[in-house]
Amino acid sequence: MVDSVVFEHVSKQFGKHRALNDVSLSIQKGEFYSLLGPSGCGKTTLLRLLAGFDTPDQGRIFLDGKDITGLPPNKRPVNTVFQNYALFPHLTIWENIAFGLRIANRSEAEIKREVEHMLTLIQMTDHANKLPDQISGGQKQRVAIARALVNHPQVLLLDEPLAALDLKLRQKMLLDLDRIHDEVGITFIFVTHDQTEAMAVSDHIAVLHKGRIEQIGTPIEIYEAPKSSFVADFIGDTNFFNGIVAETVQKDYSLVKIDNFPQVSCFNDKALSVGDPVHLSIRPEKIHISREPAPNKPFLNAFSGVVDDVIYKGDHTVFGVRVEGRKISVIQQHSRFLLDEKPIRWTDKVWIWWHADDSFMIERTVHS
Amino acid sequence: MTIKNGRQNEILLTIPSFVWLILFFVIPSLIILGYAFKPEEPYGGVGNGWTLHTLQSVFESGYFVLILRTLILSALTTLLCLLLALPVGYQLTQTPPKMRRLLLLLLVIPFWSSFLIRIFAWKTLLHPEGIFKQTLVALHLVSPETTLLYNSPAVLLVMVYTYLPFAVFPIYAAASKFNFQLIEAALDLGASRTQAFFKVFVPGINKGIFTAMMMVFIPAIGAYVIPDLVGGSNSEMIGNKIAQRTFYDRNLPQASALSVLLGLIVILPMAAITLWSWRFKKIEAEARNRE
Repeated sequence: MVDSVVFEHVSKQFGKHRALNDVSLSIQKGEFYSLLGPSGCGKTTLLRLLAGFDTPDQGRIFLDGKDITGLPPNKRPVNTVFQNYALFPHLTIWENIAFGLRIANRSEAEIKREVEHMLTLIQMTDHANKLPDQISGGQKQRVAIARALVNHPQVLLLDEPLAALDLKLRQKMLLDLDRIHDEVGITFIFVTHDQTEAMAVSDHIAVLHKGRIEQIGTPIEIYEAPKSSFVADFIGDTNFFNGIVAETVQKDYSLVKIDNFPQVSCFNDKALSVGDPVHLSIRPEKIHISREPAPNKPFLNAFSGVVDDVIYKGDHTVFGVRVEGRKISVIQQHSRFLLDEKPIRWTDKVWIWWHADDSFMIERTVHS
Repeated sequence: MTIKNGRQNEILLTIPSFVWLILFFVIPSLIILGYAFKPEEPYGGVGNGWTLHTLQSVFESGYFVLILRTLILSALTTLLCLLLALPVGYQLTQTPPKMRRLLLLLLVIPFWSSFLIRIFAWKTLLHPEGIFKQTLVALHLVSPETTLLYNSPAVLLVMVYTYLPFAVFPIYAAASKFNFQLIEAALDLGASRTQAFFKVFVPGINKGIFTAMMMVFIPAIGAYVIPDLVGGSNSEMIGNKIAQRTFYDRNLPQASALSVLLGLIVILPMAAITLWSWRFKKIEAEARNRE
C-alpha cells in the first residue's frame, strides 16, 4: 500500500501549551483514518497542520511522498469539512459548491457538470438555489462535504463534522460518510472525540492524549487490546482493578493480587512477571450475571454480590454489582423476550463471573 | 395584562424621543419645505403667496455644476473612506485585545478637540509656508508654485480625514462579528488571501459597509464648513450656496429649495434601497414558507 499522508516527528507549541509532542504516523491511500481523543489532545492541531492553517515547530509532513510542510493552504491538494461547516452565508448552495472551481478558473460548462454531479451525490439537487441559512444542519453538513469533494482533493479532512448534529442524524450521516468514502475512494481523515463514531467507520484509529499518540490500530485492536490504561478507559467502559502479579499459572495466565479483594486470574500476553504492578481491566459486557452460581470451570473468576443499581436500556441493562465493597459494572444483553423471564432487580443477590481470557492487564506505573 | 402593560411602557418610553424628533426635526424640515414654495424678493426676504418658481429656478440657474461637484466630492470621499476603513477594520479584528483598545482610542482622540480647530490645523499644514507644503517642496515632490489649499483636492483630503472614523467604526463592528473560519474555508478551497478578502470578507460585512457609506456620504453631501475653510471659489458645494443664500442674500426661499434638493438626493436612493430590500426579504420569506 502507498502512504498518502505521513507525519514525521511533528511538534507544535502554542504559547506554553504543548499541543503536539513528537507525533509520527502514516496514513495509507484510500483509508478512512480517525484521529480520536478528548478535547485538547492535539487532534485538531494535527488536522490544521495538514490543511496548512498552522505550521509545525518541528518535524515534516508528506503528502503522496512530497514534503508539504511549508506550503500555504491554497496550494495543498487537501480540502477540509469544518466543524461548523463554514458555508459562505451570502452564496447559494450551488455557488458554495462551485466556489473552489471558480477560484481555479474552470470553464462554466465544467463547473455546471461538477456541481450538479456533487448535488446528486449528496442528494441535494432540490435545494441548489437556497442560502445556507435556509437548510437544516444535516443538509449543511452534506453541502460542506460536497464543497470540499468537488475539488477532487487527494485527502479529505473532516473536523468533528457530526458534533453539531443530534444522535439519530449523526448515525445517518455516519452511514452517508461511509457511502461517500466508498464512492470517491480517496483518503478520509476524520477528527472526533466520539469513540463510537470512530469505531463505526474507521479502517485505522490513532488515539491521541496530551499531544502524544497513545495507540494506533484497527477499531477491534483498540477496543480489545488497549495498550495503555488511558486507551482502555477512553474507548468504551471498563472495570479497573489495581493489582500486583502474584504468580504465574501455566504459560499464559497469571494470578493477580488485588487489595481487599480475592485474587483474580487473568490472561497475560505482555509477559509481565511476578511482582509487576498492573491495571486489570474487564469490560462490563464480558461479565456474566445470574441468580444461579457460576459453572465450575478452570480460569473462571466468580464472585457473589448484591445488585446496587440497575439501568435498563431496552436492548441491555447496566448493573452495578457490589462485591467485597467494590462496585463492578456489568452489562447484560437482552437477546430474548424479557417479560417471560424474571429480570434481575435492585438488591437481588447475584453471581457474576468472567473467564480469564476476557480480561487483560496493562502495566501500571507506580507513583512513589 | 403583562403584554398590554409592556406595550404601554414601550409607548411611554418612546414618547420623549418622538416629541424631540417632531419638535426639532420634522417641524423645522416642514418649515424649510414650506419656504421652498415661497416667491423670492429682489432685495431679500420672503415674498407673499405660493409659487413653484423658486423650485424651478434651482434646476434652471447654473446650479448644475455645483450639484455635480457636490455629488462627485461626496462620492469620492465615501469611496476613499471605505477603501481606507476596510483594511483598518479587518486588521483591528486581528489585533490582540489590548492593542485593539489602544488603536480604537487613538481613533476617538481627535474628537476630543473641536472640529473647527482640526480644520484650521489642516489649513496651517497645507498653507504655502506650512510644514506639509515645505516638506513636499524639499523632497521635490511638488514645485514651489503649486497650491495645496483652496481647491477641490484640499476639500477632499480634509473631508476624508474628518469622516474616516465614521466609516471605520461600523466596518469594525461588522468585522468583529464576522466568522473568520470562512476565510480559512476560502483558503482551503484554493483562494489567495486577496481573493478571500474580496469574495468572502467583504460580502460578509456588507451591512457594515452600507452603514459606513451612509455615515460618510450623508454628512459629506451637506458639508459646509470644510469647503468654506479649505476650499476656493471653484470647489464650492451645495452647503456653501445654502449658507450664502441664507446669510448674505437673505434669500430664504432659494436656500430652502436647495435644501430640499439636497434632501431628495439623500432620501430617494435610500428609500429605493429600503423598498428593494423589503421586497427581497418578502420573497425570501415566501420561499421559506413554501417548504
